[in-house]
Amino acid sequence: MKHRSFFWFVLPSAIAMMLFIFFPIISVIIQSFHVEHEQVIRAVETCDLFGCKESTTIDQEATAELRAERPLGQFAGLKTYLDRNHIAATEVAETWNGTNSWRDFGAQMLNLPFYKAMGFTLTYTFVVTPLVIILGFIIAVAVNSATKALRGPLIFFSLLPMMITPLVGALILFWMVDARGIIGTLLQQLAGDPDLSVKASTPLMWIMLMVYGVWHSAPFAFIVYYAGLQTVSQDTLEAARVDGANRWLQIRHVIIPHLLPLTTFIALMQLMDNFRVFEPIVSFAANAHATSLSWAIFNDLGGETRQLSSAAATSVLTIIGVAILLSPVLVRTWRDFDRK
Amino acid sequence: MFLKKVALTSAMSIIAGAAFAECEIPGNVSIVGNEFPAIHTVAEGAAACTGGEVKANLTADHQKINLAGMQGNPAEYSSAIIANSSIVALMNEDVIRPLDDLVAEYGQDIPKNQLITIDGNIMAVAFMANAQTLAYRKDVLEEIGVGVPTTYEEVLEAAEMIREADISEYPVGGAYAAGWNLAEEFVNMYLGHGGEFYVPGTAEASINNEQGVAALNMMKALTEYMNPDFLTHDSNATSAEMEAGNVMLMNMWGSRMGVLMDDEGAEEQVYTNITVAGPLTVGGGSTPASTLWWDGWTVAKNISDEDAAATFLALKHGTSPAILNDETMSQAVWMIEGYTPAPVNDGVFAAIAAGTQSYPMLPYQGLLHTALGDNLSDFLLGKESAEQALADTEAAYTAAATEKGFLQ
Repeated sequence: MKHRSFFWFVLPSAIAMMLFIFFPIISVIIQSFHVEHEQVIRAVETCDLFGCKESTTIDQEATAELRAERPLGQFAGLKTYLDRNHIAATEVAETWNGTNSWRDFGAQMLNLPFYKAMGFTLTYTFVVTPLVIILGFIIAVAVNSATKALRGPLIFFSLLPMMITPLVGALILFWMVDARGIIGTLLQQLAGDPDLSVKASTPLMWIMLMVYGVWHSAPFAFIVYYAGLQTVSQDTLEAARVDGANRWLQIRHVIIPHLLPLTTFIALMQLMDNFRVFEPIVSFAANAHATSLSWAIFNDLGGETRQLSSAAATSVLTIIGVAILLSPVLVRTWRDFDRK
Repeated sequence: MFLKKVALTSAMSIIAGAAFAECEIPGNVSIVGNEFPAIHTVAEGAAACTGGEVKANLTADHQKINLAGMQGNPAEYSSAIIANSSIVALMNEDVIRPLDDLVAEYGQDIPKNQLITIDGNIMAVAFMANAQTLAYRKDVLEEIGVGVPTTYEEVLEAAEMIREADISEYPVGGAYAAGWNLAEEFVNMYLGHGGEFYVPGTAEASINNEQGVAALNMMKALTEYMNPDFLTHDSNATSAEMEAGNVMLMNMWGSRMGVLMDDEGAEEQVYTNITVAGPLTVGGGSTPASTLWWDGWTVAKNISDEDAAATFLALKHGTSPAILNDETMSQAVWMIEGYTPAPVNDGVFAAIAAGTQSYPMLPYQGLLHTALGDNLSDFLLGKESAEQALADTEAAYTAAATEKGFLQ
């Protein structure tokens, strides 16, 4: 393609990406480097339905000028990033010097909100992503070998978990694993413990969130692999069969190599999605047991007092996290591209 | 039957017409507020005004949109319906206007106690009150032979007796869902122990003390008698537990008692025996372990004078005696003349009479509330000590308050 036509070809999407991806990210980064002005607090008398009492309020007149002068707030540099609710530099250093064993250090670190969130997010990402890929592949191969008449309904049912709104899907599972729900009761019977409750135990809650993650995302891997399976060359397969390859050998030596580029694609998408795990934590009301970076952003913005800078800093950290996670795959793709 | 209905409807429309006829507004009104029956009634009352357009956006997510919707010029919302905790977020950003001039011109007949004044300026007009108090099963307490508990210690004793009598394994309920609900329960319990949230005269949190530990220990003791899933139970879920006949004693919002006591969602044995009592005290204190709340309306700063006057008049009408009828009467503890309390509202009145403190209206209280909601569950799960949980809360609050400019 000529450079000129290439330019006109990508211009619309480049503009859209600038407007909807690039500029918002720049604005978030700028926000994360600022904190609010020093608030001038004044003691006042507050009277409501139930009587009067001493209270405080922000002196708006005193801060109005400051705000007009620098509407973004005070420049704080990396202060928000390094405070206790994010990277917690001071606290980590103290913990490092104050603890003797790795075990102790780890336990103390998980008491800090950022590392607690990272602990769950990374476990979730690295457990759910491979399971989604393996399960999606198995379903795709199974559906592909079913008779033609059955495939339509099978595909439909396999895709159901992805069609359901994540929040609703998670809520359905939430009620099923309730101590009085169908899965919850079954687990109590199996474990022989009538007091067993998934929602009351941190390890079980983590497992449930991951089961939900796999259940929700496996159809995505399935449909990509299923599409890929339709392009496997029948001649190669037939040649393999003539050479005496059984079903397993055909999958191992023909199908899997053929689907490898798709696996890279699915891994990319899933790493990104799973790192941003959010809906199940809200639906399962799991925040006492598991938090994620996305949940922390939601929590900062959903409180009675919005913490914009804190949310912005967490957002930038999330972007950095996604970039680090994706870098091996991206480097690989780039090398492949270069080789050609 | 048909005729009767027609007669009834027309009679009602005449009454409604008569009541709503007198409201004429000089501009447009746009209301944002929470979504529950009492607020709907207020918004409908305001919408009855003529002469301008009256819009209302009522949603449970109102807090996420009201501030952004009032920061523009002109503001998208001319009024936000708020509570004593959430007015602070609007005051902090200076988006609501003092109402003194409007009250002087149009609101001389609004009872003085409804006017919320901060530093001598009227900032909101309250129209309903709310508080958490005890709800209990009359029949169960009779069965085990104890009187109505007035302290949390008595609740624990009664709970043990109910469990021993094999009536219910988890007889105590409470909105202990990690997050806002859990923080609210701590605020109640801490105030009941006589605690102060801040170092006097500063925005520095000081909750890691004797009262804080005592409050957390009492909460932990109560959770021993709660459904093990308590950290996922909000007000809705724990109310459902009571309606299902599992919970016999719980601390619950006055605005939700009506749902517990009506004949929907529960067996007759259950709903006829659910009774409302006053707030509980704790640790030998005399201040109830509860907080008083009000809901009220405000007027945005960034709107024209006509729209401000229209908003004031429409909402004044929406919270006037004209909105009270058989249906709306039981929706809330209305702070409106002509309101006659029903038994479901006994708790809130008892809470007011017992000298319950109102929820602190401080610019930084919302940050402490968020920090509490995020950090107390580790203690209740047995993962760390009460002191550690309180220290974590203080540290999280300090970081947040520094970012917001309250601490340096």
